[in-house]
Amino acid sequence: MDILNAIILLLNYIFVPALAYGSQLALGAIFVTLIYGILRFANFATGDMMSFGTMVAILFTWYFQSLGISLGLLPTALIAIPFAVVFMALYMLLIDKFVFKYYRVQKSPPVQLAMVSIGVMFVTQAVVRIIIGPADRRFFDGQKFIVKAGEFKEMTGLNEGLAIKSTQVITVFVTIILVSILFWFLNKTKTGKSMKAYSDNEDLALLSGIDPKKIVMITWIIAAILATIGGVLYGLDKSFKPFTYFNNMLPIFAAAIVGGIGNPFGAFLGGYVIAFSEIFLTYAYKKFFMYILPESMEPETLVQLLSTDYKFAVSFSILVIVLLYRPSGIFKGKVL
Amino acid sequence: MLVLIILVGVFQSWNIALSIFNMCLISAVMTMGANIQWGYAGLINFGIMGYTALGGLAAVLISVDPVQEAWRAGGFDILMCLWLIIAMIFVIRFILKNFAKSKLRTYGIAGIIIAGIIIIRVTAEPGIEAIEGVNPAKTGFLGGLGLPIVFSWVVGAFFAGGLAFIVGKVALGLRADYLAIATLLISEIVIAIIKHEDWLTRGVKNVIGLKRPAPYEVNLQSTEWFINLVENFNIGKLNLISNLADRQTALNQLVIEGSSVFVKLCYSGLFLTVVIILLILTQKALYSPWGRMMRAIRDNEEAANAMGKNVVKQHLLIFILGSAIVGIAGAMLVTQDGLFTPGSYRPMRYTFLIWVMVIVGGSGNNFGAILGGFAVWFLWIEAAPMALFMINMFTAGMPDTHALKIHLIESVPYFRYLMMGLGLLLIMRYRPKGILPEKIEIK
Repeated sequence: MDILNAIILLLNYIFVPALAYGSQLALGAIFVTLIYGILRFANFATGDMMSFGTMVAILFTWYFQSLGISLGLLPTALIAIPFAVVFMALYMLLIDKFVFKYYRVQKSPPVQLAMVSIGVMFVTQAVVRIIIGPADRRFFDGQKFIVKAGEFKEMTGLNEGLAIKSTQVITVFVTIILVSILFWFLNKTKTGKSMKAYSDNEDLALLSGIDPKKIVMITWIIAAILATIGGVLYGLDKSFKPFTYFNNMLPIFAAAIVGGIGNPFGAFLGGYVIAFSEIFLTYAYKKFFMYILPESMEPETLVQLLSTDYKFAVSFSILVIVLLYRPSGIFKGKVL
Repeated sequence: MLVLIILVGVFQSWNIALSIFNMCLISAVMTMGANIQWGYAGLINFGIMGYTALGGLAAVLISVDPVQEAWRAGGFDILMCLWLIIAMIFVIRFILKNFAKSKLRTYGIAGIIIAGIIIIRVTAEPGIEAIEGVNPAKTGFLGGLGLPIVFSWVVGAFFAGGLAFIVGKVALGLRADYLAIATLLISEIVIAIIKHEDWLTRGVKNVIGLKRPAPYEVNLQSTEWFINLVENFNIGKLNLISNLADRQTALNQLVIEGSSVFVKLCYSGLFLTVVIILLILTQKALYSPWGRMMRAIRDNEEAANAMGKNVVKQHLLIFILGSAIVGIAGAMLVTQDGLFTPGSYRPMRYTFLIWVMVIVGGSGNNFGAILGGFAVWFLWIEAAPMALFMINMFTAGMPDTHALKIHLIESVPYFRYLMMGLGLLLIMRYRPKGILPEKIEIK
């Protein structure tokens, strides 16, 4: 019984939240990696692009709510996502046309493109803050919990409750569906294959008649889908605040690099690596040991490896270690 | 640029103008540091925030009086930890030197580091708790050395240089955009440590009331010579007032205003000295054989390497130098503010804004760096009034209660991001080398 309690405890406080957070990071990391692999620059505007997409989704959600449309148990934001994606794709193509295209045609070094993306970051941040303001916003509606802690306790007769938020389930589901479609697209369809070819060797791809304009456009559209959905899922699960989204750029970068930048599958797993290690290393295991150890050996301290203040620092340290020992990432991305 | 600041002085107030001027000077120092790395050597450093914060930390550790009680409570444990860390480093160095590279060695070192961290945590825990328990509302940290704060400018440079040495050893081999990400993340780690190690920095509780290198306004207002100075300065204006009592109140008002201007002028003088010294040094370096070598390395690493220049060593050197300059700026910033707030170090303000200054001003040109620092900081501060003016102009036809107008006026502070972004994009597109491009004269 105690063992069961301990397992439920870990599930409740580590596994479920880390799975949801990891999914959100994974979507962002695939976004970074795609841009890096195909357009060949580190996009510093990642976090703000995600917040732009989320902002549009929130505006649509408010509009639908005012019309009285809702999904019942599910959050209204899910209907808003397709509309937000369209807007986001237009915004990204617009930015590409006016900003990034020039440097791509000039074949500027990646550093210059990264600098330009900082300019885009500033502008996007300003636009988001001017339109919706810098405040913390919750736009979740519908049923909050799928499994409530109290009900779970009653049902199983255990001491520990297991609470699963509906947003966590939605996040994991949507991520699995989206990522499966994405990998199917990249590996099986002709366009996906030509994207891979373009990423591997630009000149050779051009020689074999692949249209670079089309590739770039599709990349931005996929990026828009990933950014919007990733951002909305994060916002539903926690809350929407432009500053947090900007900060999320850092663990997302860490996830992309840890997984091997330029490699979508690596980025996907990288998200989970970062999320799980952040939560594993900062969780206080006192209660866990109280269940599995006999009473005489119960720990007195919190048994916490690092205080929760260092949550971000954990992922960055992992990144530094990976950069030192395996610069191409765990799953061999592009060579550095 | 100076004309613009003087215009602010005339139209808004001399106080605001001088504080903008001081911040411009500090920004100029930061920009020069970043410019040395980017413009001379082509190294991209997105960790400016971390070095600034370390400089600020130096200001605290140098100028605050030591908290004797805290030292008695937990000083021993902390010193023990310091020794442990030093011992750990020596053991690792010993292993690295005397054992051949193997899997066993790697695992051994990893084991030592993990065991060391656990031991340090166990020894430090009671000490840290004791220190943080000492009068937490006021101190709760070890305090500093109690020296004049100006020393911290040098110490800040050493702190930042030391960090840059470690970061450079770790990350300089990476390709440019990876280096950018790595330095950005490392600077976040530094900030996290500064924020949460309360025994050292008081963390988010902030350190306030730091010593000043300049006199205090309150003291000035009661000083004889200062009142005389203000009187002489405004003698024409004062003579117009015939009533003696009125004259006295007018004089008092002038003295109060004058004192804050005078203090700011003192700071300006100090900062200006630093900027001028740094400018002379960096200009000399730029035209020296060393500067020529750096440019050669920047433009073609392989060729420079083939000519027998040690690229790795030079990169590390310039990384340390540039970061040290940023450290000086960090200490200057805390000196000017008189307080250290770890929570205020955010990458937007301390990393990306500085980069906008470097790019806009002109990389590789020291005067460009200073101009960039001045122009961008001026815009950053004056963006809100300018945006307000524009909004009022464009929405003049609307009634004051119109929802859009109210919304726009509420979001005035965020127009500065828009201006910075557009400015950066325009400069990158139409003047990729900055306002004052790099200009190398061969004499």
